[in-house]
Amino acid sequence: MSVVDVVDALSWVAIALGSFFVVTGAVGLIRMPDVYTRMHAASVIDTMGAGLIILGLILQAGFTLVTLKLLFILALFFFTGPVAAHALAQAALHEEIEPKLDHDRRAYSGHAADRGAADNELIAGFEEPPTDKE
Amino acid sequence: MRAISLALGLFAFWLALSGHYTLFLTTLGAVSAVACLAVARRMYQIDDEAFPVGWVFGAITYFPWLIVEIIKSALSVTKLIWHPKLPISPTMTVVTAGLKSSVGVATYANSITLTPGTITTGVVGNQLTVHALELEGAQDLEGGAMNKRVMKFERAR
Repeated sequence: MSVVDVVDALSWVAIALGSFFVVTGAVGLIRMPDVYTRMHAASVIDTMGAGLIILGLILQAGFTLVTLKLLFILALFFFTGPVAAHALAQAALHEEIEPKLDHDRRAYSGHAADRGAADNELIAGFEEPPTDKE
Repeated sequence: MRAISLALGLFAFWLALSGHYTLFLTTLGAVSAVACLAVARRMYQIDDEAFPVGWVFGAITYFPWLIVEIIKSALSVTKLIWHPKLPISPTMTVVTAGLKSSVGVATYANSITLTPGTITTGVVGNQLTVHALELEGAQDLEGGAMNKRVMKFERAR
């Protein structure tokens, strides 16, 4: 078995594993009970799924410009994915879609005990964010 | 300094995407890099937030650590998804970021979202509201291990 064969085999292992995580994410998307928990399932797809498939494709491409471009695509996923997820979650909360929770620790997770005081102690350099109410 | 490194970065990006290195095309690439720089300057967009060049040093150790975290939590979410009983315990909590810059808070919030099993749903100042798929995930964040790691990343500037 030559080196090329080993790299080829590794690349297919990575692609197959990546595909498994994509299927996992899709199954999770169906099984989870509400919007927020479904988003957790989806995040498996754009981290492990996309990551491993692109890794497999990089091993197929070797040391070429294509590899560099694939790395750019991966970086793009890593920076835009969370922004989109955050926007989606906040839009859902804004529409007052209540998450189904087992534990709501928003009120009593220590520092947030006095939310009013915490809000006034925003670190210097931060602009006061606009209020959510229109 | 920041402007020069931005122009060089843009030009390197252009070279990487182009793949053609004749004199004419390379000149066009250099011209377009400088043109982008001019537009960015006009928009006062060359600051730490738009082009956080100093963060590169911290990134060398931070991103590998983050990737390991992502793999660990992706595996635990995968286990949950395939578990016949779907034993999730959705939790919302508030965590405080001990970070000094807006780039730092954005990095922390995005790292939380990027890690499967936790999503940042809102940021007010340095207070992050987080939705976690499991109680343990929320408690880990409240423990502040990731916060400490991002603070180290911020200090490396």
